[in-house]
Amino acid sequence: MKYMALIYSDPTKEPAYGTPEFGAMMGGYFAFNERLKADGIDFSGDALKGIETATSLRLRGGKVETMDGPFADTKEHLGGYYVFDVPDLDTALRYAAMIPSAQFGTVELRPLMDYNPSGN
Amino acid sequence: MNTAASGAIAVTRALDALARDDRGRLLSALIARIRNFQLAEDCLQEAMISAVTHWGRNGLPLSPHGWLLQVAYRKAIDHIRRGKSAAAFGEQLRILFPDEAQDEETDVIPDERLRLIFTCCHPALAPKSQLALTLRTLGGLSTSEIARAFLDNETAMGQRLSRAKAKIAAAGIPFAVPEPDQWDERLQSVLSVIYLIFNAGYTAGPDAGRDLADEAIYLARLLDRLRPAEAEIEACVALLMITHARRRARVGEDGATVALTHQDRTLWACAEMSEGVALLDRAVARGTPGPYQIKAAIAACHVDGDGADWAQIAALYDTLLRFEPTPIVALNRAVAYAEAGRCNVALGMLEALRDELADYQPFHAAHADMLARGGDVPSARMAYDRAIELAASEADVAFLVRRREGLDQPGKV
Repeated sequence: MKYMALIYSDPTKEPAYGTPEFGAMMGGYFAFNERLKADGIDFSGDALKGIETATSLRLRGGKVETMDGPFADTKEHLGGYYVFDVPDLDTALRYAAMIPSAQFGTVELRPLMDYNPSGN
Repeated sequence: MNTAASGAIAVTRALDALARDDRGRLLSALIARIRNFQLAEDCLQEAMISAVTHWGRNGLPLSPHGWLLQVAYRKAIDHIRRGKSAAAFGEQLRILFPDEAQDEETDVIPDERLRLIFTCCHPALAPKSQLALTLRTLGGLSTSEIARAFLDNETAMGQRLSRAKAKIAAAGIPFAVPEPDQWDERLQSVLSVIYLIFNAGYTAGPDAGRDLADEAIYLARLLDRLRPAEAEIEACVALLMITHARRRARVGEDGATVALTHQDRTLWACAEMSEGVALLDRAVARGTPGPYQIKAAIAACHVDGDGADWAQIAALYDTLLRFEPTPIVALNRAVAYAEAGRCNVALGMLEALRDELADYQPFHAAHADMLARGGDVPSARMAYDRAIELAASEADVAFLVRRREGLDQPGKV
């Protein structure tokens, strides 16, 4: 079963770039990626640039409306994601707990929609 | 009475008993085979309906359990066959196939209820859904009985149960006993479901409908049988028994709640209490401490023959707070400090909880009691007023009103 781990965090609570804590966090991500590889887990993932770089778009009455930033006005923002293929939610939770940002943000786990459950 | 009629009565009785006692076991065995909660439940229901016809005609089969499981299993295969394309069915059948080898009716049904408990109490489900699902699948309560117990309407409770089962399938919640690295945390989640069920029954009083307190003790004992020698499970059973033993004494003849120190000890169920205490001793001797052992130890301290040792209880709450840093535990700790004669420390602890517990009746009752001890009668009266406003039962209102009246007659309470 494929799960997406959506990583949300409040930028003011993240370690700042250049601090030893930032280095530790990046080391944590590196170690996590190595762990997934070592366990033979099929995965992918990326980090996102900050919300100041975001542009939101919607189509209303056939007209494109764009706006600066994300729609949701919350403190925690989507900052990155992983997708991994694991047998069940307990395994997904075990890996999600190793994501360094879980220590100061929130990781939301969602199964990916499977449009062809039989695999044919 | 003719034989057909008496036969039908025997069948109905046998099925009622099965539905009550063995539903969880049959359901868990079925889920283990077909891996689909909702389908298992539907097919077991269909098998029971078809049993009425078949058993009524031919009498009880040699192994009623085996018969039901087998029929439910065949119905499940039918459902899957009808609902899927041939290719999809082939995939499903590969999963089901190994079971076909043991395709005879037998009473030796594997007990998969431990897996079922952990699935129902999975923290990915909403807390109330965990309670409802556990009562429905392992306690064998009907949806309407559960709805009544939690003061919900039946439709809403039915929807809650369906949503929970749908999430189990869609989110990939496994039908499995947790691995060692997740065991402690997940066990606590199971125990808290059992404890909340107990509490719902205990506060409803001894005569309110289906007894959830008994149901919780049944579940805790079942868990202890399925996973023996686990200190926290033993301690949970102990805690429930020690508390349950005091049940008849907790409400007085006038319907008011009776504080522990004033309870008539002759009303306590002594055998149940000593069994609970003995079980706690066994749990503690295993040398793997945990929150339920501390809670049970606190309950045991309260009922000690020489009266409660409050300094000891306060120390136990200090430890419990490290396991469970919740405002309710912090409130109980403050009460223990006050009882141990450290009223000023206790008042300071309450001050820190004021915002979080602003609408919690026991907070104001405890506050009133501490203020009264310190001689601040006007403030104590205001705190009792607030507690009475918030009280959920007549028994609690009666208790609090009496305490408030007692403010004018020092030494009488």
